[in-house]
Amino acid sequence: MTSTTEVVRAARPAVRGERTVARDNRRLKWVMLAPALAFVGLMIVFPLLYTLNLAFTDAFGAVNAAHSYVGPRNFLDALGDTRRFWPAVGRTALFTAGAVVLETVFGLALAMLMRRAFRGLRLLRTLLVIPLLTTPLAIGILWLLILDPTNGIANHLLTSMGLPRQEFLGSVSQSLPTLMLIDVWQWTPMMTLLLLAGLATLPGEPEEAARVDGAGAWQRFRYVVLPMLGPTLGIAVVLRSVDALKTFDLLYATKGPGGGSDFEVETLNIYAYGLTFDYQEYGLASAVLVLFTVAIVCVVILLRRRPEGRSA
Amino acid sequence: MRLSWLRAVVIVVVSLVFALPIVWMFAAAFKTNVQVTDPSVGLFFTPTLENFGNVLADGEILAALRNSLLVGVVSTVLSAVIAVPAAWAVGRFGMHRTGSLVLVARIVPAVSLLVPWYYLFAQAGLVGSYAVLILSHMFVSVPLILWIMIGFFEGLPVELEEAGRTDGLTAFGAFLRIALPLAAPGTATASVLAFVASWNNFMFALIFSDEETQTAPVTLFNFISYASTDWGGLMAAASLMTVPVVIAAIFGQRYLVAGLTAGATKG
Repeated sequence: MTSTTEVVRAARPAVRGERTVARDNRRLKWVMLAPALAFVGLMIVFPLLYTLNLAFTDAFGAVNAAHSYVGPRNFLDALGDTRRFWPAVGRTALFTAGAVVLETVFGLALAMLMRRAFRGLRLLRTLLVIPLLTTPLAIGILWLLILDPTNGIANHLLTSMGLPRQEFLGSVSQSLPTLMLIDVWQWTPMMTLLLLAGLATLPGEPEEAARVDGAGAWQRFRYVVLPMLGPTLGIAVVLRSVDALKTFDLLYATKGPGGGSDFEVETLNIYAYGLTFDYQEYGLASAVLVLFTVAIVCVVILLRRRPEGRSA
Repeated sequence: MRLSWLRAVVIVVVSLVFALPIVWMFAAAFKTNVQVTDPSVGLFFTPTLENFGNVLADGEILAALRNSLLVGVVSTVLSAVIAVPAAWAVGRFGMHRTGSLVLVARIVPAVSLLVPWYYLFAQAGLVGSYAVLILSHMFVSVPLILWIMIGFFEGLPVELEEAGRTDGLTAFGAFLRIALPLAAPGTATASVLAFVASWNNFMFALIFSDEETQTAPVTLFNFISYASTDWGGLMAAASLMTVPVVIAAIFGQRYLVAGLTAGATKG
């Protein structure tokens, strides 16, 4: 591409000097970028600084009420809180790890299944796109109906097969796993589509060579396709993890504030939201959010390191 | 192409797993409240439009859908106007480090923005207005469109723009007359996805809207609290929210998939 560009450039009649063009380009690219950059910057820099500042205060009740600096007390309070904070950390980790692992496994299996064309491929792809684009509120509502402990079709099917009734979202112990599986249902398609896009870019020769050398289907998948798919898999896992960590709509829609009567699905995001809007504990909430944001960034860095290290 | 028997069975099962819950929701929207709570009714019954009638007669859902449409369209158009040129600049001039700054927006938890935004918007007297909803939704749409369009512009051969320059176009002219028309399919895809993101957004409207400007997901959420008495109405409302998405998926599947997976296959 560069060489072609150079040829075109050389062939171009010198209407204006190259240097003027370069300066124009430099100015233009910033003009083109500025509105988007300024908008996102304004919308994010102030909130980050504001939250960081609030985290060191005892702000409570109203955001603009007088408050004083209390040093790292909010952070110490949060980190010493084994009743709400640490269980929320645990649930966030469990929900995210469980959902992302299952979505990766199912997504990969489904992508391999859909890799070669078959009649109905287009239909299946359409069916996969629909859950992705449906509002999590509607998803929550439709699963509330399906999983209703007394009148839901799920229990009807279970009992008709001679299996015991389940409480699903009506029980403290089953709520988080149930919501995790709903997340798996909604987001496995995303994993599949990302991996299908990755598979489509892979060269065919290595696999063909492995086939000629007598490698079976599993061996070709494990030792040829999977390593080549590594970068895409890495990106897909990062994207899904970031979103899963921050899951809010589905949890809030189905279990309400505080993640249910026993805080059974209270993740960090739900906890921080509750601290902010139900308890008006702005100082503590901000500290929790700072910790949460740092944790997300750490997860991203950690996940990004592996595939790069392997390919190097 | 012939299918192995096992593969065919798996494909059918997978299709049903993803289709049936959605089908069940649409079906429930056409059931009476007695039928909805009787799982033995299944998918074969005499449909009724009663639920839709009730929901639409209420007016609240209709107003909320209209608000969602307004906020979605305006926030998407404004986002495209600032994000598409930015994506071109990033893609053409290799400003990836600058461009990736915008992706920070994807990582930061939205909850941490609510209080500072509320403070800012309250100072400006904007809380409850459409402007706040539009601005907050743009915060999601701008990075989304940027992310999709960077890849799209990178995929366009630079030679076409170079040729335009040779014919006397300025760099901006080359963008406007050559790159932009070629990027129309990408822009359309990115805009549809941005609209869907706005249409589905719950948290921002939960905090920043008032009764007048409430969007559909918030209305749906308020509806859940008395759901036990009106499953049919709830399903009708949820179906109304889902119909546009299903239509988009059916007609634009190929483009939407390309948009959703943009940027994932490069290192």
